[in-house]
Amino acid sequence: MAAVEQDTAVRTGGISRVFIYGILLIFMLFYMMPLFVMVANSLKPLGEITGGNMMALPEVWTLEPWRQAWSAAQIGVEPTGLKPYFLNSILMVVPAVVISTILGALNGYVLTKWSFRGDKIIFGLLLFSCFIPFQIVLIPMATVLGKLGLAGSIPGLVLVHVVYGIGFSTLYFRNYYASFPTELVRAAMIDGAGFFRIFWRIMLPVSGPIIVVTVIWQFTNIWNDFLFGASFGGQSQPMTVALNNLVQSSTGVKEYNVHFAGAILAALPTLIVYIIAGRFFVRGLMAGSVKG
Amino acid sequence: MAYQSTGVDFRTRLQDWIPKLVLSPSLAAMLIFVYGFIVFTFYLSFTGSKMLPSFDLVGFENYAKLWNLSAWWVAVVNLMIFASLYITICTAIGLTLAILLDQKIRGEGVLRPIYLYPMALSFIVTGTAWKWIMDPGIGIENSMHLWGWTSFQFNWIKDRDMAIYTVVIAAVWQTSGFVMAMFLAGLRGIDNEILKAAQIDGASNFSLYRRIVIPMLRPAFLSAFVILAHLAVKSYDLIIALTGGGPGRATELPATFMYSYTFTRNSMGIGAASAVIMLMTIAAIMTPYLYAELKEKS
Repeated sequence: MAAVEQDTAVRTGGISRVFIYGILLIFMLFYMMPLFVMVANSLKPLGEITGGNMMALPEVWTLEPWRQAWSAAQIGVEPTGLKPYFLNSILMVVPAVVISTILGALNGYVLTKWSFRGDKIIFGLLLFSCFIPFQIVLIPMATVLGKLGLAGSIPGLVLVHVVYGIGFSTLYFRNYYASFPTELVRAAMIDGAGFFRIFWRIMLPVSGPIIVVTVIWQFTNIWNDFLFGASFGGQSQPMTVALNNLVQSSTGVKEYNVHFAGAILAALPTLIVYIIAGRFFVRGLMAGSVKG
Repeated sequence: MAYQSTGVDFRTRLQDWIPKLVLSPSLAAMLIFVYGFIVFTFYLSFTGSKMLPSFDLVGFENYAKLWNLSAWWVAVVNLMIFASLYITICTAIGLTLAILLDQKIRGEGVLRPIYLYPMALSFIVTGTAWKWIMDPGIGIENSMHLWGWTSFQFNWIKDRDMAIYTVVIAAVWQTSGFVMAMFLAGLRGIDNEILKAAQIDGASNFSLYRRIVIPMLRPAFLSAFVILAHLAVKSYDLIIALTGGGPGRATELPATFMYSYTFTRNSMGIGAASAVIMLMTIAAIMTPYLYAELKEKS
């Protein structure tokens, strides 16, 4: 009997091996199919979609739909393409990710290494806030953003994403710092190191992996958000809202190839992050669901 | 003695305060923007708010109206259909793929990221892609016809009775790989000595999984259920991109109902009431789970 290396692998014969690979391949095709459809059809002239087969490769290859989607397509009333909305998304995502990650790191540090009475309750409240349906905050948020003069602006969206991102970023850092030896922090305290000094010199240097996980998680979530963008975006709509407007527009011919190119443009940043740092992305997903 | 310790006292006092000061902006933000807002919405659900928030209390009127609205019932029934199928199918696919992938598969490193990449996409992108793939005019139906299967029909997305199932298809596509990853992590955590012993005892592969492996995956089942259930209740973007709630009202969910009643139909009180019910549903699912998780750790 060959040594069982993988935990739950069972002895299987040739036929069941074929069966297993067969199923795995079918599911691979299922997951790949929409991506193939998007890429292939974004490179076709429109006539090849309306008068041809969506599952086929282009006969005439063209980048025109991409150019259209990026800089010429009608979004709402303006023929601007998705470019300005892509920039909106970047202007929104970068500060929101940076701020929520920094706050999460500090909170996680306080909650694990400077524990005080009631810190468990605070963490519990933060944790629950990660999972609320955001419909429950939409009405007051609209009112408050209006009062603050931030409605329909990028800073308003940044505020919203920071506020509702702190829960997850704190969760990540707290769980990570919880396994860091508290004795080291104690020793540094006895040596006279203060709060920030310990954070800067002891905690941060070991925080690399969790910073990557948190940044990726926040980036993906905020980039992909639609509800807040659609509710509070106003004149500064992010990419997801613009893509939806492009696809749902009821005027004129439906330019499917442009829609597909636009969809890929909206997906590209998070997809690139996934390809480069998929390992960390998966860790973030798991940490966000199976805590501990 | 006393004056000697004052310096230390001040320092320790300050050190005591700094952590709380650092935490306080986040705490304040959470108390206002999460819990304060929840209270505010809860209050609004008992007022006669129409287009703007108003503060005249009307008791349970909004809740009574809500449960008498056929549109709300459509949304609730749709959510039940969607959530039960979404959770069941995602779990079944996730578990199957995880078990199969765990059989010393060549190319696991290629397959796993392919199963999981949809999770990195926005629901708007997923919705856009599947909207046109399932469109009878240009999508799968058309392709099948071109390939010679001329009687093939797949027009669910245009069919009032079937449209909700297209939402299930797209949502399963997006999340089932993630469930696979959760089960795979669970499988990799099982001690293989137990399995070896059972194999030596002559247990068949099937009973090995049914009797030993799957029961040991209980925590993964629980996590998967909680995550999928709360995603189902929150589903909004996918509906907007895929069907827009249509045809007619056939694919409305509570999340889309809340949005349209609050912001386009000027019935903010009813919208707030529906949001409160959504929150309570999620709280009923999440609170016991989070409580158990927190207790286990401490």
